[in-house]
Amino acid sequence: MSLLDREASGVVMTPDNIRTKRLPLAVNLGIAVAGLAIAAAVVYGFGIGNYVLVVVLGVVFYLIGLQIVAGRIEGPRTARDRMWKTLIYAACLLAVLPLASVVWTLVSKGVQRLDGNFFGSSMNNIGARDPEGGAYHAIIGTLEQVGVATLIAVPLGVLGAIYLVEYGRGRFANTVRFFVDVMTGIPSIVAGLFILSFWVLIVSPWFNNGTPRFSGFAASLALTVLMLPTIVRSTEEMLRLVPGPLREGAYALGVPQWKTILQVVLPTALPGIVTGVMLAVARAAGETAPVLLVAGGAASINFNPFEGGQSSLALYVYQQAGDASRYAPARAWTAALTLVAIVLILTIAAKLLARRNSLSK
Amino acid sequence: MGDNPSSRSENTTASDLGVTGRHTRGAGTGVSPSSHDDPPIGGGGALPKKARFGMEAGFKGLSVAAGAMVLVIIVAIAIFLISKAVPAIRADNENFLTFNQWFPNETEPRFGIAVLAFGTVLTSIIALLVAVPIALGIALFLSHYAPKRLATPLGFVIDLLAAVPSVVFGLWGRDVFMEPVREFSGWLNKYFSWIPIFGGDGPFGRSVLLGSLVLAIMVLPIVTSLSREVFRQTPGMNEEAALALGSTKWEMIRTAVLPYGKPGVIAAVMLGLGRALGETIALAMTLGIVFNISFNIIENGGNSIAANIANAFGEANETGRGALIASGLVLFAITLVVNMAARAIIYRRREFRDSAA
Repeated sequence: MSLLDREASGVVMTPDNIRTKRLPLAVNLGIAVAGLAIAAAVVYGFGIGNYVLVVVLGVVFYLIGLQIVAGRIEGPRTARDRMWKTLIYAACLLAVLPLASVVWTLVSKGVQRLDGNFFGSSMNNIGARDPEGGAYHAIIGTLEQVGVATLIAVPLGVLGAIYLVEYGRGRFANTVRFFVDVMTGIPSIVAGLFILSFWVLIVSPWFNNGTPRFSGFAASLALTVLMLPTIVRSTEEMLRLVPGPLREGAYALGVPQWKTILQVVLPTALPGIVTGVMLAVARAAGETAPVLLVAGGAASINFNPFEGGQSSLALYVYQQAGDASRYAPARAWTAALTLVAIVLILTIAAKLLARRNSLSK
Repeated sequence: MGDNPSSRSENTTASDLGVTGRHTRGAGTGVSPSSHDDPPIGGGGALPKKARFGMEAGFKGLSVAAGAMVLVIIVAIAIFLISKAVPAIRADNENFLTFNQWFPNETEPRFGIAVLAFGTVLTSIIALLVAVPIALGIALFLSHYAPKRLATPLGFVIDLLAAVPSVVFGLWGRDVFMEPVREFSGWLNKYFSWIPIFGGDGPFGRSVLLGSLVLAIMVLPIVTSLSREVFRQTPGMNEEAALALGSTKWEMIRTAVLPYGKPGVIAAVMLGLGRALGETIALAMTLGIVFNISFNIIENGGNSIAANIANAFGEANETGRGALIASGLVLFAITLVVNMAARAIIYRRREFRDSAA
C-alpha cells in the first residue's frame, strides 16, 4: 500500500508506471557473486573452513542480500517469494548430489573387477590373499530366490487383488485393504525373523531329522512376505482401471463372473500387473537382511534352493564389505554395480512399460 | 483419481446383477417352487442350475483365501515372533525393557532393549529432520515450480533413488561418505563443542550423524513421491483463487497447497519414519555399534534394533537368537503402530488413497 501511495503522487498512470518493478537479472546475479565473495573472504580470512562452508555461507549471504535488495525494489512479499523459490531450487540440487556421488562411485569402483572371472567363479576356497573370487554363486542365489518368491507371490497377490476389486465388500474387505497397506511398511528384517522363527526353526526340522536348516527357499519365503503387499496394491489399482462396460458386456453374454475375470479383466490389466510385479521383483532382489538371516550364505555354488545354504548378490556385497581381505572391497563394489544394474534395468523397464500402458493414461 | 471409487461401485452393482446365479435357483428346473421364499423368476427356462461347488464358488473361495492370507501373515508374524521371544525373555536375568547391555549368549544371559530402542529412534528422528524439509522442497519443485520437461525426468530420478538397494547405500556411506562426514564432524566439534550433541573428543566418523544422513537419503524418495502426489491434487480452483487475489506464488502455496496437503504430508512423513525405523543393512554398515546411551551424534557410536540383529546374528546361540527375535518383535510393534497411524490418516482423506503407494 505504502508503495502505491508513494508512486501515485504526481506520476501519470502510463502502462510503464502501472507495472510493478522487477529485480533485474543482473542485480540478482550480482548479489549471488557478492554473497559468495563475502563468504570466501570471511571463511578464508578467519580460516574457519573450506570451500563447502564458502558455498553454504554464500547461499546464506545471497538470501540475506536478496531479501534486502528485492525488498527495496519489489516489496517484502515478492522478496519472500524469491527467497522460498531459491530454497526450493537448492533442495533439488542438494538431493541430486548424493545420487550422482553414488552412481559415480559405483561405476568407478565397480569396473575394477568387472571381468569374466567375477561372473564365472564362486568364493569357494578363496582365501584372504587370493585376488580372484567371484559372485557366480550369489547371482545364482539371487535369481533362484527371487524366482521362487515371484512364483509364490504373484498368484497369491493377483488373487488377493481380484478379491479386493471384484468380490470384496464390507468390513472384511476394508480390513484386508488396510492391512495390505500396513504390510508394505513391515521392515525386511522382521520378515526375515518371521521366516527364521517359523520356517527355519520350526518347520524345516521336520524334513531334516530335527535340525534347523537354512536354505534359499526360506529366503524366498521371506521375500514373498515383502513382495506380496506391493503386488496386491499395484494389481488392485490396475484392475480398478479396467472399464466397467467390458465386464458388463461379458456378463450380458452370459459369461460367468470367474471366466469374465480370467478372460476379460486380467488380460486387459496385464501390462499394468506386469509393471507392478517387476517393481516388486526389483525391490526383492535388493533385500539383504532377510537373506542374511535365513539363507545361510554359503561361499560355494549351490543350485538347489531347498537344501544347503545359498548366498545372494545383496548378501555378497554385505559379506565382502565386512571382509578384511584387501581384495574384498573391489569385489563388493563390482557386486554392488551388478546388483544396481539388475535392479535399475528392471525398474526402468517397468516404468517404460507403464508409460506405454494405455489403461493408466 | 478422485472419482475412482464411484466408478468402482458401478462395476460392483453390475457384477451383482450378473451371472452370479444367486436368484436363479429353482428357475428352469421345471419343478414348482418348494417354498414361497424363492419363487421362480420368470423367463429364463433354459438357465443352467446353479452348481453348489462349481468354478464360480471355487474361484471366489480361492481369491477370498488369498485376500485373507495377508491378515494371516501379519497375525502369524506376531505369533511366531512371540513364541520364540518369550523363552528368551524368560531366560533374561535383567529387565528386558530397561537394561542397556546385550550379552544374550552367555550362560547367564543378560540383555535389554533400552540402548537399541533409543538408537533406533534417535537415528530415525535425525534422518527425518534432515530429509523432510528437503523432500518437501523437491515435492513442491516437482509439482509447482519445474517445467514439465524437467519435472518428469527429475521425478523419475527420485523414483530410481528409491530403487537403489540399501546395501549399496550402506557401502557408499562407509567407503565414500564417511570421510566428508568425519571432516564435518571435526569442524562441528572444533567450533560447536559447547553444544553437548557436538561434544566429545573423537574419534569421529562412524557415528549417529553418518548413519542418520545415509538414512535421510534413503527416506527422501518416499516422502517426496507421496507429498508430490498430494500437492498435485490441490484443487486448481483454490490455487487460481489465491492467485486472483494477488498472491505471489509462495503465498499461493502457503495458503492453498500446504493446508490442503497437510494430512498427506503428515502421512508421508510417518511412512518415511516407518522405513527409517526398520532400515537394517545401511545402518549396520555405517553406525559404530556401541552399547551406550548418548546424545552425542558425531563421536563413533550409535546402534539400532535392526542393525544389531544383522550384526549379532552370526554369533548368536539359541537364547541369543531368541533375544534378537524379541528385539525384532519390539521393532515390529513400533513400525506397525507408525504405519497404521499413517494409513489411518491417508484413509480419512479418500482422495489421497489411490496415490498412496
